[in-house]
Amino acid sequence: MSFLSHLISGISLGSIYAIIALGYTMVYGIAKMLNFAHGDVIMVGAYSCFFLMSRFHLPVIVGVVAAMLVCTLLGVTIERLAYKPLRAAPALAVLITAIGVSYFLQNAALLLWTSNPKVFPSIAGNTSIKLLGGQLSISPTALLSIASCIVIMVALTWFTSSTRMGKAMRACSEDKGAAQLMGINVNVTISMVFAIGSALAAIAGILLCSAYPTLTPTTGSMPGIKAFTAAVFGGIGSIPGAMIGGILLGIIEIFGKAYISTQLSDAIVFLVLIIVLLVRPAGILGKTVQEKV
Amino acid sequence: MKKTLACSVAATMLLALAACSTPSTDPTGAATDAPTASAGAIKIGATGPLTGGAAIYGQAARNGAQIAVDEINAKGGVQLALNYQDDEHDAEKAVNAYHTLKDWGMQISLGSVTSTPAIATSAENFTDHIFALTPSASSVAVTEGKNNVFQMCFADPNQGSASAQYIADQKLGTKIAVIYKNDDVYSSGIFDTFKTKAAELGLDIVSTTTFTEDSQQDFSVQISDAKSKGADLIFLPIYYTPASLILQQAQSVDYSPKYFGVDGMDGILTLEGFNTSLAEGVMLLTPFNADATDSLTTSFVQKYQSAYGEIPNQFAADGYDCIYAIYQAIVAGNITASMTNAEINDILVAQFTSMTFDGLTGADMTWDASGQVSKAPKGMVITDGAYVGMD
Amino acid sequence: MNILQRVKGLVNKSFLTYAMVIVSFVIVQLLANNGGISSTLRGQLVPICAYVVMAVSLNLTVGVLGELSLGHAGFMSVGAFSGVVACISLGDTIASEPLRLAVGLIIGAICAGIAGFLIGIPVLRLRGDYLAIVTLAFGEIIKNLINCLTIGLDGGGLHFGFLSSASALNLEPDGRVIINGPMGISNIPRLSTFTAGFVLILVTLFVVMNLVNSRSGRAIMALRDNRIAAESVGIPVTKYKLMAFVTSATLAGAAGALYAMNFSTIVATKFSFNTSILILVYVVLGGLGNIAGSIVAATLLTVLPEMLRQFNDYRMLIYAIVLILVMLATNNETLKGLPTRIRAWVTRSPAPQAEVGIDG
Repeated sequence: MSFLSHLISGISLGSIYAIIALGYTMVYGIAKMLNFAHGDVIMVGAYSCFFLMSRFHLPVIVGVVAAMLVCTLLGVTIERLAYKPLRAAPALAVLITAIGVSYFLQNAALLLWTSNPKVFPSIAGNTSIKLLGGQLSISPTALLSIASCIVIMVALTWFTSSTRMGKAMRACSEDKGAAQLMGINVNVTISMVFAIGSALAAIAGILLCSAYPTLTPTTGSMPGIKAFTAAVFGGIGSIPGAMIGGILLGIIEIFGKAYISTQLSDAIVFLVLIIVLLVRPAGILGKTVQEKV
Repeated sequence: MKKTLACSVAATMLLALAACSTPSTDPTGAATDAPTASAGAIKIGATGPLTGGAAIYGQAARNGAQIAVDEINAKGGVQLALNYQDDEHDAEKAVNAYHTLKDWGMQISLGSVTSTPAIATSAENFTDHIFALTPSASSVAVTEGKNNVFQMCFADPNQGSASAQYIADQKLGTKIAVIYKNDDVYSSGIFDTFKTKAAELGLDIVSTTTFTEDSQQDFSVQISDAKSKGADLIFLPIYYTPASLILQQAQSVDYSPKYFGVDGMDGILTLEGFNTSLAEGVMLLTPFNADATDSLTTSFVQKYQSAYGEIPNQFAADGYDCIYAIYQAIVAGNITASMTNAEINDILVAQFTSMTFDGLTGADMTWDASGQVSKAPKGMVITDGAYVGMD
Repeated sequence: MNILQRVKGLVNKSFLTYAMVIVSFVIVQLLANNGGISSTLRGQLVPICAYVVMAVSLNLTVGVLGELSLGHAGFMSVGAFSGVVACISLGDTIASEPLRLAVGLIIGAICAGIAGFLIGIPVLRLRGDYLAIVTLAFGEIIKNLINCLTIGLDGGGLHFGFLSSASALNLEPDGRVIINGPMGISNIPRLSTFTAGFVLILVTLFVVMNLVNSRSGRAIMALRDNRIAAESVGIPVTKYKLMAFVTSATLAGAAGALYAMNFSTIVATKFSFNTSILILVYVVLGGLGNIAGSIVAATLLTVLPEMLRQFNDYRMLIYAIVLILVMLATNNETLKGLPTRIRAWVTRSPAPQAEVGIDG
């Protein structure tokens, strides 16, 4: 029984990692950059939702939509001001800029909202669902995050494979120059990816804080790094890969703690990652591209 | 062509070095825009995490100390100037901040707020003969081997053994679970002595689990371990932010043991948006209680709230007490701003090892030569969203 | 003729880097002796040296070998902890402090080098961002393992413990706990000096520049520029990749030991992902493969946050903005063209002053 309840905690933690990882993987797929500021966009999303819900007493859905709007706007602005001028620059320069943006968001949040932790209100209620005569309980937030994760994954897969904009995104990630020659506006497409990625970040932030309800200016940074790990784990650039990677990472983290040692849990997660990458050097679903001379 | 580049690079570097090398012809000349102090004020410097993940502790200590300084300066007589510098909860940054304060002309130090930076700065305090009284750095290594470094808070081993003693004396639990943070000096320091003392007293620790800075969100495994081993009391030598998550997650799996916390637990009731009914019955050893009704506490809480819009926690009270303890020693020892650091240091050490101090965080506090404080821990239990004395 | 000029250029460039370091050292030393530098800068001298060595060594991996490493602080950590343990254990055997420091640095370097070798074998099979994430993973694993490690010293030698508290080491009463799990090491003897840091920088420069300008160095750079082409002309990939990676780790270990022995305490959490990123920032800002650039960037970015202290709470916000602006400015096409245009302008009119500047 404890196995099942650990599995459920693992999946629910993993589905949050997965939503964050989806944002990472989309941006990476098209811009070929590791957006280290993604974790901090999550934090901004959670704060906006928190203030709307607890200070202005707006309903949950308004808070979520508004937070998505705030993050979308933030994501596009960051892209426009900090990343777009670096389109031609080496990948590492963009990486460092992303780190700069991450520091900026964290410190701005510290000044705006102080370091005092806020307790996030649950958006899905607190009544756990009891199964098997009360031996197994599932929190509604866990169900909500698993459901959102699946919905988002399916929607994104449909979007990238069937819509015009989605196809444009795939074209840009294959070859920007060729895409441009085909009449695709590369800049608009990249901005669009940032917009979608940041809106996802808002959802992830709200779910994260709903499941683990303390909110501080550094809330997003560690889940951000874990989700980055998850995205690589699943094969960076692949949408189903990010989801599988996220959920597996969550399960490994919980199982490592439960069956091996809580003291070594971080080491276990990363050790499994290394072993997986040694066996499959491009992640679980990643494509190994044969290099040509 | 590379020559010109390298040459300009070298020039830039030298320029940078020169720019930050303020000639120390004027020893009181401030390297930073230090708080404006009236002439003759005694300069008190301190470092603490004002940014980053631990910012809440540093900011609280700074605010508390600032209130005390303002009160003292308003009285007339001895004037104090307080300069708090950010150390980001990092030993290297703390030493940098300490040196910045030295350039400012610091005469007395409040050490650092958190343990790791405080171990680093207290070594500097000892070498430079600048007296230090840290508000809340509770590790033994802060004061060990340094005769001029004192603590306002309990040292970690005292908290650990006092907690074990309290649990055994009051027969609070038979099977005990511990959840502690194993990458934290404070938390693991308390746990080590708790474990030793618990073994002496015959307490039965059935479950010991940990978490780290990187994994302080999901506690389902730790809670289910404690639950499956039938623990009826969970000892939490951790800060209140992760503790609030543990309370919430335990409740969601219908597990309601007793909880016993240490001074880091203080503040849980002031968390914005926290459902205080979750903390009902939580016991903690804390030196400070913002709900106390004595005039000293009420006036401090009221001033703090009007100035910073928050209810002060134990760190703020420690900061406040530090300034008043130093003030008491300054008055008793007739210290003036014109004395050298070493003279001030010697007088303060003599005063601290002989005086008795009453403050927000305890009455009749005394210090021995080791620098550790001796005061009675207050056992509190949370009832109806407020602290109530346990005895 | 052309080749001769290129060789001369290389020699001059290395020479200038050495000169820059030596001249800076002499000036700072002179200022320090005359009380001409603030206590803030004086306190930062050793950390600056450690970060310079870290940046130069990481540049070997990122700039010269062309592989992104996000776990460089892990090697610094191994070096720091092993170096300090060595120095404390040898406290009675070696009386001379500089000698003890040197032994500590060497042991730290060797331990980090071994760690680099063990990690390098599996890691270097991967490429690009996958390699980056695995180095990040190793950095985190090292941090986690050191957090669970206890080491004590008594008459019977060193005692090791893992996942147990310090009391389980069963030390004799006069024994001393050196590494106490998450509490790290406290009361470290302060052996590091600016001169030691300076010597370490020179050694690092000597090692890195000689490696880069050697046959092996050219093979490493060939791997960076085109792995397949390099492989096809018979360059053994693993050997040269490992050579660069292990050298880089070794130097980072020495830097770690130097750093640790400047503070009275170190904890494993200090050497986290954030520290690795910090050093990467130095390397990228200084220019990939540009050794002198790394030195300058590490120095400036270590000093910068201290110079921003007057902005109080806005300090780190301003630091972030400066970082972004610098990255934008250094990659701006218009600004990038500027040096070329200035150079073109300078070459048209002979500039004797510049030559004098170099000789001096």
